[in-house]
Amino acid sequence: MKVPALPSTLSANPSTAGNAAPAKRSLPRVEPASIILPLLAGAGVLLIWTALSQTVSPDLPSPLRTWQESKRYVLDPFFKDGEMSQGIGRLAFYSLMRVIKGYALALLFGTPLGFLIGLSKFASRALDPLIQVLRPISPLAWLPLGLVIFQRSEPAALFTIALCAMWPTVLNTAVGVRSISTDYLNVGRVLNLPRRKMFFSIILPATLPYVFTGYRLSLGIAWLVIVASEMLTGAPGVGGFLWQEYNSLVYSHIILSILTIGFIGFLLDRLMGAVEARFKTT
Amino acid sequence: MSFLELNNVTKRFSTPKGTREVLRSVNLSVQEGEFAAIVGYSGSGKTTLLSLIAGLLRPDEGEILLQGKPINGPSPDRGIVFQNYSLLPWMTAYENVHLAVAATLPGKSAGQQREQTEHYLRLVRLDHAAWKKPKELSGGMRQRVAVARGLAMRPKILLLDEPFSALDALTRASLQDELAGIWERERTTVLMITNDVDEAALLADRIYPLTPGPGATLGAAIPVEIPRPRVKRELSLSPAYQKVRKQLVEFLTGDHRATVSGASR
Repeated sequence: MKVPALPSTLSANPSTAGNAAPAKRSLPRVEPASIILPLLAGAGVLLIWTALSQTVSPDLPSPLRTWQESKRYVLDPFFKDGEMSQGIGRLAFYSLMRVIKGYALALLFGTPLGFLIGLSKFASRALDPLIQVLRPISPLAWLPLGLVIFQRSEPAALFTIALCAMWPTVLNTAVGVRSISTDYLNVGRVLNLPRRKMFFSIILPATLPYVFTGYRLSLGIAWLVIVASEMLTGAPGVGGFLWQEYNSLVYSHIILSILTIGFIGFLLDRLMGAVEARFKTT
Repeated sequence: MSFLELNNVTKRFSTPKGTREVLRSVNLSVQEGEFAAIVGYSGSGKTTLLSLIAGLLRPDEGEILLQGKPINGPSPDRGIVFQNYSLLPWMTAYENVHLAVAATLPGKSAGQQREQTEHYLRLVRLDHAAWKKPKELSGGMRQRVAVARGLAMRPKILLLDEPFSALDALTRASLQDELAGIWERERTTVLMITNDVDEAALLADRIYPLTPGPGATLGAAIPVEIPRPRVKRELSLSPAYQKVRKQLVEFLTGDHRATVSGASR
């Protein structure tokens, strides 16, 4: 059976970068343009934002007002006045813990499933169509089902994160197993390696770069899903805070939440990118 | 009875354009302890032939016997050194060789396995680079690890698939000398495939020419009666070498069909 067609973001091929000679680790030379240009772009966004808040949408708080109303949350990120009023660091921590749990579940189920599909033609023919149907389902659709199944919001959120985030891991692992060079497999065949040894000495290490590409993409999705699931369940976290502040008409905090989500997502991607790069070179 | 024997081996591949016969009625016999070489053009089915003997492919017709027993499937009996080295990049040189030692000597203690691994690395003079990964090694060193791994399988016959073709001329020359030295000490039965007439004449006891594919088949064996140890510099002056070279080139470039009938001896 053919490898399922993947969107280009999911089929990032780790082997191309993997063959590169190990780069000498030296401090990257920072070009002035790489600092000035993003600053200019940021200033442009602030300008448009200000213009919008002054003209067509008076409810949109200006950058200055957003900062003034959010400053306490940022400068004292771990304060806690009560359930409804906590620093942004504390809220982000709740969300991160939830993401880590759901993400761990995604990897726990996704990795073996990916190996199964990659190794077994039978499993691949049985499961591929199912995955193609399940993969595009939005977290907003899974969450109510999770609530029906588990009756409580926390496991329902984890269920949703795991179910949405596992597909890149499943598909990349399967693709990785299928793209193992026949030469490596032939080495194992000539040596008559037993199945266990064949898996742990050859198949697993040959697939790892693909697996970690899957892990990075899965983490990105898990972080996307957290906001939706917190908004629907009202669980404490950045997403829950965003929805609560919308209902309390504190619009500046919506922007604070959005920026927090963006920065943390960026950091998570960088982190997994570094982990992925380690496995690429081996 | 010969050690390794191929009787009328035919291999076809099905392609979108229909069936293609890569090898037709190949006959070959290799004696125990001998160094045999098969010389042929690139793309004439040499690697297919070696994969058949290794058991990685199955013949469509004919039989392959090792010590009189038919081959079914791959085995360390027929250790193979692949053309592209095929070292596992996530393992060090030591681990690559150790994988073969552990697979073929599972009963031995960890200490004995380590000793064996070090022995084969010393044999190819790579003990100093044992803890390097393949990508930290030069092409020549990688191929030496691959040879060490092939020998570490303690094969009845060592199969070499164009072992030096990816190397530069100088490295190739020194590795050929090294291989000749190792073979003279170990006396393993070797079947080497190459596209280099000189390489075959330097190393082999007998040379089989392979006709260009499709439908490639082996010509009659050409004995190489040059005394060992052979010295590359003096080779070209030797009349025996010139005779071998002339026969080979004539067969490979000329009308080979006429000589095919007497393929095996």
